[in-house]
Amino acid sequence: MPETISLTVNGNRITVPSGATVAVAMMSASAPCRVSVSGKPRGPLCGMGICFECRAVIDGVPHRRTCQILCEPGMDVCTQ
Amino acid sequence: MTQRYDAVVIGAGIVGAACARECAQAGMRTAIIEQGTIGGGATAAGMGHIVVMDDSPAQLALTRYSQLLWSDLASQLPPSAEYETCGTLWVAADEEEMAEVLRKQELYRSAGVPVEVLDQAQLREAEPNLRPGLAGALLIQSDAVLYPSAAALHLLNQAIEQGADLCAGAHVLHCGNGSLQLSDGTTFAADRIINAAGALAGALTPGLQIRKRKGHLVITDRYPGFVRHQLVELGYLKSAHSVSGDSVAFNVQPRKTGQILIGSSRQYDEESPGIESRILTAMLDRVGQYMPGIAELSAIRSWTGFRAATPDKLPLIGPDERDPTLFLATGHEGLGITTSLATARLLADHFRGAAPAIPLDPYLPSRFAAEAAHA
Repeated sequence: MPETISLTVNGNRITVPSGATVAVAMMSASAPCRVSVSGKPRGPLCGMGICFECRAVIDGVPHRRTCQILCEPGMDVCTQ
Repeated sequence: MTQRYDAVVIGAGIVGAACARECAQAGMRTAIIEQGTIGGGATAAGMGHIVVMDDSPAQLALTRYSQLLWSDLASQLPPSAEYETCGTLWVAADEEEMAEVLRKQELYRSAGVPVEVLDQAQLREAEPNLRPGLAGALLIQSDAVLYPSAAALHLLNQAIEQGADLCAGAHVLHCGNGSLQLSDGTTFAADRIINAAGALAGALTPGLQIRKRKGHLVITDRYPGFVRHQLVELGYLKSAHSVSGDSVAFNVQPRKTGQILIGSSRQYDEESPGIESRILTAMLDRVGQYMPGIAELSAIRSWTGFRAATPDKLPLIGPDERDPTLFLATGHEGLGITTSLATARLLADHFRGAAPAIPLDPYLPSRFAAEAAHA
């Protein structure tokens, strides 16, 4: 298993330790996971899949809970 | 001490709030009573589809009249009401239903409702997430959607601005003959009592031709553009509107937030408000038959509620002949959001002695009394 994984967050290539969640990748890229109805940036809150604050678009699929999904090589993650 | 009013409305759902607003605007000293959440009863069980429906000439007249009242009010509604004129597509699955599209087209046109017929290709273009192979649809451009509870709250606030008093948190123990007793000890004296208690109306006024009819709803997360019009299967009148038995129908709605509201189900004789997986599964299977991609979306909430159904699918609007102080504004079943404004206006016109815009007769509660006398 490689020690690091490379993926894109909002089009920018970043590298994270293997085993990192997508939420971690987004935080290290300083990218909000999503933008609320009123235009506020949102990020992980509970970190355990309950609060749904950390939803983002992963490989084109919206509303993925980034705190529950591990980064994979070549993943394309976008702020929702 | 007894408080005196010209009119006391029971129930601050969308119908009761609209009635209180009309009464207050007409200069009547008005009170409105709500035991629970504003718009939390039958109103919360509604999808918020402002729809012209043609099950009977009286239904067409009432829904069209009320749709026009909503259209007039739209610019004054707060953003929270999420009003949007997205139009309705009545979806025809096959050629047989396409024939029904053409019949409905004539009927709507004769009532002055703008309509358009979409063929198979036009329907694909209008709603790419519907499954291929559907025959076409009837588009009613003037239909709209709104958030029922927020709209009820707005109508209530307007009533209060016009001087109406809200009595919240207590329920009515007894009402009739110009007086009401509440569970918190309050008593009211009123020239007119308006029972707008939705599915609970029958508990306050015995003998009403109202049955509770349960419905399930599901709402998804935000997927803007996935659905563009309120989509209803044309078989809806056959399936969901049959007067007996449980039924489900394909009925999805785009919310202004990008969420998709999914219906619909109807059950008689079910008292428990719990979500039933049997009904929910049947409902979602039906939706999946028309819109397979919806299975990939995240649903975030499901709930149920009770609507007030009458035997002829028309509401009860007007005097209860057994009590000169008692008036009814209930029995709207699945059309209460649409017809709330017309209901309130018809009732206010009746109180004022003004000529109504459409005849009140088909909705008078006395139609069932007459039937009973002839039985």
